[in-house]
Order: sequence, then structure tokens, then C-alpha cells
Amino acid sequence: MSTKGDKWGFQPEKSNVIVLDRPVAPLYRQLRLKVPSLASCFFCGGCSATCTASEEGMNFRVVHLLLCRGEMEKVGSLIAPCLLCGKCTLVCPRNVDTRSVVFNLKLALHELQ
Amino acid sequence: MNFSDHPPFVWPFLAGMAFIFVYLPLVYLNWLRKGKLKEFRVMPAHIFSSKTLLAVKEIFSECLLHRRIFRFNRRLGYMHMSLAFGWFLLIVVGKAETMLFTHDGFNPPYLPVFFKYFYPSGIPHTFKGYFFLTLMDLLLLFVLSGLFLAFYKRFRSRRLGMTRTTRHILPDRIALTFLWMIFPFRWFAESVTAGLAGSGGFFTLGSGKLLAGILPLDLMQEPAWWAYSVALGGFFFALPFSRYMHIFTEAVMILLKHWGMKTPERDNGYGDFELNACSRCGICTNVCQLSADAGITHSQAVYFLRDARYGLLERDTAENCFLCGRCSRACPVEIGVDELRLAARRRFAGELAAPVTGIPRGVNGQGTFPGLNTQTGSGMKSKGVAGLKVDVKEGMKGGATRDQKNGVEVLYFGGCMSHLTPGIMAATRTILEKAGISFAVLDEQETLCCGRPAMQAGLEGQAREIIARLSERIRQSGASLLLVSCPICYRVFREEYHLPIPVEHHTRYFSRLVTSRPALFHSSSLRMSYHDPCDLGRGSGIYEEPRKILRHTGTLVPVPQEREDALCCGGSLANLAITPRQRQQVTDAAYAHLTAEAPDFVVTSCPLCKKTFAAGKRPVPVIDIAEALAFSMTGDTVPTRLQKSTRELVAP
Repeated sequence: MSTKGDKWGFQPEKSNVIVLDRPVAPLYRQLRLKVPSLASCFFCGGCSATCTASEEGMNFRVVHLLLCRGEMEKVGSLIAPCLLCGKCTLVCPRNVDTRSVVFNLKLALHELQ
Repeated sequence: MNFSDHPPFVWPFLAGMAFIFVYLPLVYLNWLRKGKLKEFRVMPAHIFSSKTLLAVKEIFSECLLHRRIFRFNRRLGYMHMSLAFGWFLLIVVGKAETMLFTHDGFNPPYLPVFFKYFYPSGIPHTFKGYFFLTLMDLLLLFVLSGLFLAFYKRFRSRRLGMTRTTRHILPDRIALTFLWMIFPFRWFAESVTAGLAGSGGFFTLGSGKLLAGILPLDLMQEPAWWAYSVALGGFFFALPFSRYMHIFTEAVMILLKHWGMKTPERDNGYGDFELNACSRCGICTNVCQLSADAGITHSQAVYFLRDARYGLLERDTAENCFLCGRCSRACPVEIGVDELRLAARRRFAGELAAPVTGIPRGVNGQGTFPGLNTQTGSGMKSKGVAGLKVDVKEGMKGGATRDQKNGVEVLYFGGCMSHLTPGIMAATRTILEKAGISFAVLDEQETLCCGRPAMQAGLEGQAREIIARLSERIRQSGASLLLVSCPICYRVFREEYHLPIPVEHHTRYFSRLVTSRPALFHSSSLRMSYHDPCDLGRGSGIYEEPRKILRHTGTLVPVPQEREDALCCGGSLANLAITPRQRQQVTDAAYAHLTAEAPDFVVTSCPLCKKTFAAGKRPVPVIDIAEALAFSMTGDTVPTRLQKSTRELVAP
């Protein structure tokens, strides 16, 4: 099947496609099993706005995006300053247990090392 | 009678007893070996003091009489007491009977147990003999009545106050089977012997005569006593591996507790005594809100202690808990479950407990501390109190300089959660300003964490780092008192910070203000129910002060379960495994409980409780006690904003 669009070459190549709804990285897959509410995160950033550790680089939205992409290297340093105060969970409009995500991530990354 | 030739049926009992008396001391010594020498140095001072007497009193009232279970439910208390105290008396009175008989304190250990086999008619034709026969029969009846209740409890646990009972594992079932066989078998054996001899106590002789009519008693005698002995021996062999380990361990634990041992930061062996002192009675599962409201039935104290004891603990069991303290409060053994849970979480977090880099800059102690802003309300006093409008925004700007900070009376710390409920911080400012108390706000522009959430997650090192930095800042502030809005912060400041200045939760501080200057606050006709936050109530023992404030400002409506028995709001940060939906179920149940009497407001004194209850549509608004007090100061009996929102919600 060939349409005009195909010949233009503007379609994304398969290798660059990130389907955020489909967890690829094994760690992320485990995390989604452990904290199922993570699936309903829609990256609004409310968590990051209220975060105490944000000035040290902690940003839950970024962390989640990196996890989706499987870029684990940066995640560890991003979540290190998190003190698990839980404000992010309380402001989340989608009831994502963000605190639990970060906590489990901390433990999982530690086990990987 | 010559005791040197033991009848063979005593051997199962003797073997079991010997096993217990050799094995248990070895186990206990092994646990105590974990402790460091210096932890035991304090012991002699306690051992030779009145504390030992107190310990013996507690052992008597808790291990035998089970007074705390009576407090929970009288029938359940009777069941436990009749089994424990009844058995104890059977042993003691039985021993006394044999000593009276042989005039020898060192008669064979099996003699009191199988006394009736050797002397079916006791000491014949004497009052003493008759007295002991009757007493021993009464005691046997006493134990059997408890056993009947225990059996009945299997089918109708609610009649004994237990909505839920513990799910038992195989070692428990084996030991339970042996235990339940012991006393019916004793009754049967004694009846057979009494029926054969034609004499005995009123109970055993009566049943013996009945049995004589239907059974060939002479053939039954030896097997009956064998069965009794095997049941005893089997129970003793199963005891150290089952929940019945608690029988002896609880007594030793109470002694060690009174001799100054604590639930450890570091594993010093006391934790093992606590784990093994749990009888798995299941009272904790009945008070746990997770099982009642959220359908979580695997992480209650009893299952946590059991899994930890057998080394089968999983992370979820340790983490799925609010640490609200309701189970410790109800526990008849007073096991420090929360401390043990925290210790388990620290182990799971492992090396993460080591300090990490990258704590938010605000607390780095380098002098760049944007949060510290000083102000005083002293100039406002002259304007009078009633009807004074306070511009909160104006107050927030303050206008004081750094230099003034050394003079402030009060250093106010809102904490993370107060930043999410800014009404509490504004109300606290209003009260302090109107009372003319000079204060500074420690976390004005940015939020700082007190470290307790990390500590509850087991991240000890990270928590210690933030505690060190934040306490340095508080020391530098020069204030004479630290005022805190959040009970979570209050508890960690009190327990871990070791500050040179006193730390006060605002309920306590403001209740003193109400006492010393009552004219500042106006009374109203509002009906308010009070929610005890876990960390303030059970955690810090503050119950009366908030109620005093509320009685002064309005009418306090009672709540079915309050003070020590108060419910958790469900928002606790300590639970790391609960799903948001389950959390909501707990919150809804607690909210329904608080609004049962249809108050005008639910008042709490924790920003996290307020925030948790605020989610969703709530017909009765939830406010903080500081807000209630600030309203009563400004003269607005009903805060207009809340009144409006209440109307909107009630009349859609």
C-alpha cells in the first residue's frame, strides 16, 4: 500500500516512536505492577509544582517520562533529594500514588547497583 | 509407693518438659547475646529495685489474669484467664497437694500431674484430702469452661467480641490440637480412675460413675493416662515453634522491659522477645482500620509479627500500615509493633539508610535561608482585639529584618502539610499577632521537610541528614520556643531533634493562651466534633488541650471512638503500599464516624488530617483548631467562606 504521504519521508521512523502508554523498560513494567495508579498520570506537573526538592532537580513528571523512555541513568540522581514528604500525592488530580512510585524506585535502583 | 519405678506413660510428659526447660533458656540466651555489654550495665540497678516487684505484678495481672483482655471484652478475658490462670493454679495447687502428701518438696515432677493415678482417693477421710479433691475438680472445671469458650469462639467469634480472628498456620494448629486435648484427656483419665476406685472429687467421681456404666474402665485406665501424657508432651514439643511460645516469653519480656530494655534502634535481642511474646490473639486485627474498611487482611500487627518471627517477612507486610498505633494500644502484651515495623523497614531499605547527597538548599545552614522572616504583632495590641481586621497578606510581608530575629519569642514552623493547607498558617499568624506575640516563620517562602516521612519509610540516613541540618537552623534562630502546626513534625522534633528550646504543638500553646487570656476569644454556639490525629494523641499523649480550646470557643460534640481509641484519617504517610482507593475507603469511614452526631464542623489539629478529609465533597467542613480559634478571635462566629460553601453543598 502506498500513499503520497509515504514518499514524503515525514513519517516517524519506528525506532523513534515512544508509546507512553506501553511500558517498555523492565523496571518501569515492574513499577506499574507495584503501583498501578501510575498508569493514570497525565503529566500535568502538579506534583513538580508543589515539590520541596524541586530546586535540587527533583521533578516527578520528568522522572516518569524518563522511565517511559527507559532512560534509567538520570532517574537515580533526580529522585535522590526526594524526602518522601508526600505533598505530590496529596495534590495529584489523578490520584497517582507518586510517593509510593518514588519510594519503590529508590529501593529498586538501589538493588540494581 | 516407690517412685523409682516410673510407670511408662509418664515418659512423653517428662521428655516434653525436659525439652522445654533445656531449649527455652538456650533460645533466650541466644537472643540476649545480640545485646551489647553496656546495654546490660544498667540492669543490676533495676533488678534490685521496686521495678522487679512491679514486673512480677504485671506478669501476674497480664500473663495469668489477662486484665487488658478483660478491658477489650469480658467473655474473651474470661476465656484467656481460665486457661492461663486455671492451668497455673492446677500446677501450683497440685504441687501443694503432693507436698502435703509426701512431705517432700522434691517429689518427682510428674507426681502432681498424674496425682490421681497414684492416689485416686487423695488423702482419705481427712478434711484436707476432701478439700484438695474438691478444689482440684473445681479448677479443672474452670479450665474446661475456658476451653469450651475457645471452642465456641471457632464458630461464633462475635459473641466473644471478635469480629475477625487470626488465620493460623500449621505449627499453631498442631500445638492448638495438643492443647485442646490436654484437659479433656485429664478429665477422662481422672474419671476412669475415680470410677474404678469408687472415690474422688465430686466432678471426676460423678463422671467416673457414669462412665463405669458404659465402658470397661479397667481396660481404659492405662490408655487414658497415656493419652493425657502424650497430649502434654506433644504440646511441650510444639510450643517453641508455635504461638504458644508467648506463654513463657511474655513473662521474660515483661521482666526485661522493667529492667530497662527497649525496642531497639539496633537489634539488641529485645525485639526477638517481643516478636515471640505475641500470642496471635487477634485483637489487633479487630481494631485495625485496614481490615475493617479497606479489606487489607495480610499486614496487621499479628501477621507482621508472625512473618518477622519466622523470617518470612515481605516488604508489603511491613509497609502496608498507617503506624497509627491503634494495635499497640489494644495489644494485651503491649508489644511495640510500630517500632518493630520501623526497624523492619530500615532493614528493607538497607544501604539506602546511608546519607545521600542533594538535600534541598534551604536547610544547608550556609546562611542563605530565604524562609526566615521575622515579624511582631505587638504593635497591634493597642488597637484593641474585638472587631479588628487583620490583613493576612500584610502580616505575611512582615517587614522585620534579620537583626530582629534573635529577639523573637516564637519560631513558627508550618511544615510541608501546612503549606498545602495555607488556612492553618494564616490562622496561626492571626492568633499570634492578635495576642501580641513576636514570632518568626521558619518556612515562609519554601517548604522544609522535618524528616519523619523519610524515617517512616525506613530511609534513616536521609532523615538523619535533614534532621541535623534543620536543627542547626533552629538553634541559630535564637528563638525561645518552636511552635509547630503539624503533629508529624511535632513528634519528630520532640523525639529526634534534641533541641535546646522547647517544642510546642499549637494545640498546647494556644490552650495556654486561652487559659491566660480568655478575653481574647469569643464563645459561639457552634457544635464541633474533634478528630484526634494519631501522632498528637497516641503518639504524643495530647488529648485534653484541644478539647479545652473547643469547649471555650463552642460546644464539643462527643465521638464514639475518641482519645486513645480515635480512628486514623487514612492519610498517614507511613503507609507506603496502600492503593489510593483503599485509602479513600478508610477516610470515608473515619469521616462518617466523626460526623455521626451532625456537628457544624469537624475540627482536627493536623494539616494532613485536614487535607485528607477535605478531598471529595464533604457536607460538614473540616477545619484546623487554629482556624477555629482564629475565627473565635475575629468575632466571626461562623467563618463566612465556610458557611457559604456548606450551604452550597447541603442544598444543591
